Amino acid sequence: MSHTTDTAGAGAGPMLAADGTPLKRSLNRALRRQKLRALMLIAPLLLFVLLTFIAPIADMLFRSVENQIVSDTLPETVETLSDWDHTTQAPPSETVYEALYFDMFVAAEAKEHTRLGGRLNYEMSGLSSLIRSSGRSLDDLGDDYLDALEAIDPAWGEGAFWFELMSGEGEAAEEVITARRRAVAQMTGDRLGGDTGFAPSAEIAALLPRTTRAYSDFAVFTALVDGDVVAEEDPWESVYVGLALDLQQADVSGYAGPGGDALRAAQADLDSLPLMPLSQFFDEEVDADWNDPEVWAVIQTYSPRYTTGYFLNAVDLQLTPDGVATRPERESIYIMLFKRTLFMSLTITLSCILLGYPVAWLLANLPSSKANLLMILVLLPFWTSLLVRTSAWKVMLQQQGVINDVLVWLGLVADNDRLVMINNQFGTIVAMTHILLPFMILPLYSVMQGIPPSYLRAAKSLGATNWTAFWRVYFPQSVPGIGAGSILVFILAIGYYITPEIVGGTTGTFISNRIAYHISSSLNWGLAAALGAILLAVVLLLYWAYDRIVGIDNVKLG
Amino acid sequence: MAETSDSGAFVAFERVQKSYDGETLVVKDLNLTMPKGEFLTMLGPSGSGKTTCLMMLAGFETATYGEIKLAGQPINNIPPHKRGIGMVFQNYALFPHMTVAENLSFPLEVRKMSKSAREAKIKRALGMVQMGAFAGRRPAQLSGGQQQRIALARALVFEPELVLMDEPLGALDKQLREHMQFEITRLAHDLGITTVYVTHDQTEALTMSDRVAVFNDGRIQQLAPPDQLYEEPENSFVAQFIGENNTLEGVIKSISGNTCEVQLDGGEVISARPVNVTEVGQRTRVSIRPERVEMDKSRLQEGAHTLKAEVLEFVYMGDIFRTRLRVAGNTDFVMKTRNAPDQVRLQKGQQIEIGWLPDDCRALDA
Ligand SMILES: Nc1ncnc2c1ncn2[C@@H]1O[C@H](COP(=O)(O)OP(=O)(O)OP(=O)(O)O)[C@@H](O)[C@H]1O
Ligand SMILES: [Mg+2]
Repeated sequence: MSHTTDTAGAGAGPMLAADGTPLKRSLNRALRRQKLRALMLIAPLLLFVLLTFIAPIADMLFRSVENQIVSDTLPETVETLSDWDHTTQAPPSETVYEALYFDMFVAAEAKEHTRLGGRLNYEMSGLSSLIRSSGRSLDDLGDDYLDALEAIDPAWGEGAFWFELMSGEGEAAEEVITARRRAVAQMTGDRLGGDTGFAPSAEIAALLPRTTRAYSDFAVFTALVDGDVVAEEDPWESVYVGLALDLQQADVSGYAGPGGDALRAAQADLDSLPLMPLSQFFDEEVDADWNDPEVWAVIQTYSPRYTTGYFLNAVDLQLTPDGVATRPERESIYIMLFKRTLFMSLTITLSCILLGYPVAWLLANLPSSKANLLMILVLLPFWTSLLVRTSAWKVMLQQQGVINDVLVWLGLVADNDRLVMINNQFGTIVAMTHILLPFMILPLYSVMQGIPPSYLRAAKSLGATNWTAFWRVYFPQSVPGIGAGSILVFILAIGYYITPEIVGGTTGTFISNRIAYHISSSLNWGLAAALGAILLAVVLLLYWAYDRIVGIDNVKLG
Repeated sequence: MAETSDSGAFVAFERVQKSYDGETLVVKDLNLTMPKGEFLTMLGPSGSGKTTCLMMLAGFETATYGEIKLAGQPINNIPPHKRGIGMVFQNYALFPHMTVAENLSFPLEVRKMSKSAREAKIKRALGMVQMGAFAGRRPAQLSGGQQQRIALARALVFEPELVLMDEPLGALDKQLREHMQFEITRLAHDLGITTVYVTHDQTEALTMSDRVAVFNDGRIQQLAPPDQLYEEPENSFVAQFIGENNTLEGVIKSISGNTCEVQLDGGEVISARPVNVTEVGQRTRVSIRPERVEMDKSRLQEGAHTLKAEVLEFVYMGDIFRTRLRVAGNTDFVMKTRNAPDQVRLQKGQQIEIGWLPDDCRALDA
C-alpha cells in the first residue's frame, strides 16, 4: 500500500469553471446571493445589537474624551483666553473678563453654568460653587447701570424703546442673530428652531457690538426659549453693561437711526453711571477667586473640545497647565483599584477552577439520575435572586454569623476574637466565587461530557496509573473547558458590581463600584467612561494574550 | 461446554459470572482457556456479553463471581494498569491532543523507558504497521484505517503478551477491513502474541482465528476452530449464526449410533446425524448447508433419501447459482450450485429432486 498523497492539479494555474471564468470568481458569485439573503435574515437582529449594544459602548468611549461643555458654555471666554500665558501668574486681561461676563450671563439664564461648574469642579474643587454664585451676582452691575440710564432718559427702561433702537434702520445684520442662535443652541443642546422676530441693523451692530450681542442673546432667549415677543420684554441686565461698554468707545454723534438722541444723551452723561472695569467687578463684587490665575489656568487647560483629562484621572494622573502630573498620594486610588480588581478576579477565577473542576467531573461521570440531581444543585443559585444570595453570605460570614458561631462553639476561635470575614476582600472572594461557580462548571461539564471514558481506559490499559491517566490524558482534553470557564468567570468578575458593593466593605470593592459611584453619585460620567474604557481595554488585552498563549480555538462552550 | 482448567493455559476464565444491575446475568458461567500465542475470536450477536468479557479481562469490570487467571495468576485484584494487556478499542481511543509518536510513546513513558529506547521502539512499531511517515501527525489528521493501524501499533509497542481487540475494524470499509484482517493476523502470528478478538462479523471470525467462541445470551455456545464450527455446529444457534443454513423441523423417529431417522413435519422421512438429540420422539431441527444440497442423484449414496422440491427463484451470482426452493413446506430452502460447464440452469416452477449425504445433515436441538 502506498501512502503518498498527491496534490491534485498542482502547478496547473488557477482552476477554471465550465464557462472559462476562474473558478474562484464564479464560486464567489454563486455564494454572494446566499450571503445577501443570509444577511437580510439577520439584519433586524444586527440592527438591534448595533443600536442596543454597540451604540452605548461607542457613546461611552466618546464620553471619555469629550469636553465640549467648556467651549460651548463659555465660547468667547475660551477664545480670548487662548492668548493668555498662565506662567505669568497674573490674571488675564480685561477682554477676557468682558467675554466671561457676557458668556456667563447667557449661561446663567440658560442654567447651564451649574453644569459647567460641575464639570470644572472635577479638576479643581471649589469651581462649582464659584461659578454657581457668580451666576447670581451678574445682574447687580446691569441694575446699577439701568438706574443711572433711566435717570438720564426713562426710555432706557422700556422694552419697546430698546427693540426699536436695536432694530434700527436700513440693512439688517441677520448673521449676528443667526450666530447667537447657534451659540445658544450649542450651549443648551436644544435645536431652537423658529423665528426670533428680531434682527439688529447692520449700523447698530457695528456701532454697539457688545450691546448687540447681549441684546441678540436676549432676543433669542425670549423668542425661542420663553416663547415671548421680544419687543414687549425688558432687556437683560447684560444689555446695559454692554451699552455702558460700547458708549465708552463708540462715536454715536453721527447716528441718525431711532434712539440716536437717547444714545448721545447717555454718552454725554456717561460719568453718572457707576462705571467699573469688569475685571474689578468680578474681583470685588462677584468673587475674589476670579482674580486667581489658577482658576483661569484650569479653564484654559480644559477649554479644548476633546481632552485626555478623564483618562489621565483614571490612572491617577492629572492634566495641569504645565502638562501631565501625578495626583497627590491621597487622591490616587484608581491604579490601586485596577490592581485589586485584577487580583481579586484572578483569585476568584482560580477558586472557581479548583471548586468547579471536581463538580463538573462528577456531573460528567455520575449515572444520569444522580447527575441530574447534582445539576439542579449547581443551577439552584441561578433561581434565586443575586441579592438574596449575597445577603445570605452576609448572614453566614458576619462576626455574629453562623460560621463564627460554629467556630466559637467548637472552641477554635475565642468569643471576643471572632474572625472578620465580611466587608473585606475575603468576603467578596467567597461570595463571588459562589455566585460565578456555575459559569465555570457548565462549560467544563459540557467539555468533559465530550471526553469518552475509553480514553481513560486506554491510558490505563497502556500502563498508566489513575493519576497519570488523568493528568496526561483527561486533563489536557478538559483544558478547553477550563479556558472557556475562566474567560467567562474572569470577564464577569472584573465588571462585577452588586456583590462587592454589598459585602466588599472598603477593602473589597472593585473598580466597577467606583464607576458606579461616578455614574450615579458624583455624576462625573466622563471619568466613569474613561474607567470603563480602560477596563474594556484590559479585558480585550487579556483576551488577546489568552488567544496568543492558549489559542481561542481551544475554547469550547459545548 | 466446560474445559478443564489446565495449568498450562495462558488465559483462563473459570466459572465467571457478571451482572451489572444485580438482577440479570450478562455473562453466565463462562469457562474458557487459551494457550499462549492463540488467536481467539469472540463472536456473537449484539448484547451477548463479548465486550463485558473483554473488559473483565482488561480489568475495567470486575467479575461478579468466578476467577480470571493470566499465566496462572488470578488477576481479579490487579488494577488494569498493572496487567500489561494491550488493548485496541472500538473507536481506537487515540489521544487527540498527542501526535502519533506521542501516543505510542505514552505506554513507554509510563514504564519509565529511556528516550533512545522509546524512539527505537516507536520506530519499529510504526514500521510494523507501515505508518512510519505519520509520526508527527495528530489522530484527527489520519484516515480511519490509518488511525486503526496506529491504535494497533500503540497496543503492541510495549510488547504485551496478551492483546485484546474490541471490534477494531467495525468502522472500516470492506476492502480496508479485509486488508487489516490480514495485517492483524500476520502481526499476531509473527510476534507470537496471544490475542482475544471481538467481532460480530462471522467472516472476520472465520478467516482470522485459531479458534472461535460463539457467544449468545451470556454463554459460549461453541468453542472450536473455524472449519469445525462451520461444518459441525453443535447446536442450532451456532448452525444458524455461522454461515447460511437450511433448517427443516421434525421429530426423531429412531436413533442408532451415528444416524437417526427424522420424520419431517410434512411427513417425509430423512436420515441425519444426531448431534445434540438423544431421545426418540424429541423435536429436532435438521440443518443442511446450501452448498451440500445435491440435485444430481449420481453424486448421492445408494438408498439416500431424496425430497421433492419446487424452484421458486434462481439467481445467477457468477461463481455460483443460488436457487431458492420449496422443500417440505419450507420456502426458504437454499441450494448453491457451482457454475460448472455441465450445470443445468433451473427454471422457476420446475420440479426437481434433491438429496444430501447423511453426514452433512445434522439433527440439532429444536
Ligand atoms: N455498564 C453497563 N451497565 C449496565 N448494563 C450493561 C453495561 N454494559 C453492558 N451492559 C449490558 O450487558 C449486556 C452485554 O453487553 P456487552 O457490551 O458485553 O455486549 P456485546 O456482546 O459487546 O455487544 P456488541 O456486539 O453490541 O458490542 C447488554 O445487554 C448490555 O445492555
Ligand atoms: Mg461490544
